[in-house]
Amino acid sequence: MKRFFAVAVLIMRKDLRVETRSLELFLTTLFFAVSSVLVFAFGFVRNGRPVENAVAGILWIAIAFAGTLALGRTFERERYHDVLRSLLLAPVDRPAIYVGKLLGILTLLAAVEVVVVPLIALLFQAPLFRHPVLLFLLLLLGTLGFTAVGTLFGAMLVRARSRDVLLPVLLYPITIPVIIAGVRGTAVLLEPEMDLAIVRAWIGMLAFFDVVFITLSLWTFEPVMTE
Amino acid sequence: MASALLASSTTQGSPNFDRVVFVDVSKHFGRHRALAHVSLECGTGEVLGFLGGNGAGKSTLLALAATMLEPSAGHIRYGGRSAREQGSSLRGNIGLLGHEVQLYPELTARENLEFFAELYGLDQVGDRSSEALRHAGLSSRGDDLIGGFSRGMRQRVALERTLLHQPRLLLLDEPFTGLDEGASSALVERLEALKRDGRIIFLTTHDFEIAELVLDRAMLLRAGRLLPFSQTGESLRARYLDAMRSELKPGRAE
Repeated sequence: MKRFFAVAVLIMRKDLRVETRSLELFLTTLFFAVSSVLVFAFGFVRNGRPVENAVAGILWIAIAFAGTLALGRTFERERYHDVLRSLLLAPVDRPAIYVGKLLGILTLLAAVEVVVVPLIALLFQAPLFRHPVLLFLLLLLGTLGFTAVGTLFGAMLVRARSRDVLLPVLLYPITIPVIIAGVRGTAVLLEPEMDLAIVRAWIGMLAFFDVVFITLSLWTFEPVMTE
Repeated sequence: MASALLASSTTQGSPNFDRVVFVDVSKHFGRHRALAHVSLECGTGEVLGFLGGNGAGKSTLLALAATMLEPSAGHIRYGGRSAREQGSSLRGNIGLLGHEVQLYPELTARENLEFFAELYGLDQVGDRSSEALRHAGLSSRGDDLIGGFSRGMRQRVALERTLLHQPRLLLLDEPFTGLDEGASSALVERLEALKRDGRIIFLTTHDFEIAELVLDRAMLLRAGRLLPFSQTGESLRARYLDAMRSELKPGRAE
């Protein structure tokens, strides 16, 4: 088990090192997320007042769209120069490679959210930081569920010719429950009289989906990656 | 230092074996037959070469030996046990150098080598990487990005990456591609040393002159089948042309 996590951390560290050097994924994902938020701001803010209850949806749409963009490129570096083959030939548990890639993409999206969430709070005058711990949990669990499925599909489609088209087609139908739970949980968080029990229920639901998605992904990664 | 590194074990827990045996191995991709009824055997200290045109099945054969693919029929044994019996630890004793260099261009040569050394669970990662860079003749370029290297330099680093964990079975898919004369000679010497060290080496190449220098035995593949191929007599090129001529004789079944 110790070796499993050592390999996962090694893969994540390598991904982050490559990313900090090129900033390729971070900048494109951030640019896309910020652009979507700005478009929504022009559409949903009239006379300095945002449309009611739109913020939660806008936040999660920005995360989902930016996440899809990043997930589509998750295994691109492994595809380039066929590095994936040498990763798969290493005497390691292959699911550890999945966990490493998942942690890398999760860190990247967390960095994007650090910029996007305050931007949304500012543009839509939304009290997103009134309950920071609950917001953090919603974002963490929601992003984890979304990327858990996306990383598996990214791996599955690495050899597919039309992977850029196929990824959203496969990803969105399966992750819709996660996005809905994230949107509903965030919407409750923004209500003047927040009901903690309801937020907890949505957080619980997100945790449930995370456990299911991660378990299934760990279980299927090995056969998926066997040529 | 080099001897200490060589003396230290390969990837921890990797099973050792003294020969690789293919027994009537076939591989199909859907309706396409990539390899048909291939039987062969190769022991320690032997370099077995595979000749044949593009699409003959050479890379598929190496992928099967590397456990990257499973045979559709037949079986492969590593010292008397199958890949399935030995589990993922068997991969710690196999090194594969493919068509592509399988390195991250955004990382330096040293970072690439250290990453793969850690992935294989090796100790003395820094020393091993320095030693590998020395073998590649790139000690002074270790901190340069792989993306800035020429094809030949990348190929040399890729070979060292393949050898980092001292694999028992070494699979080289056209390793001389992109190498200049000096680098090719260095690789020939390296292969001689590995042979003396008791490695089992499978190698594919289109270069008959180099093949003549390094191969102990050659096998000829065409459309996934092994063709009868004389191991003695004239030059390798002449024997290859003879075998191909007899195969392509009019009226001979495909």
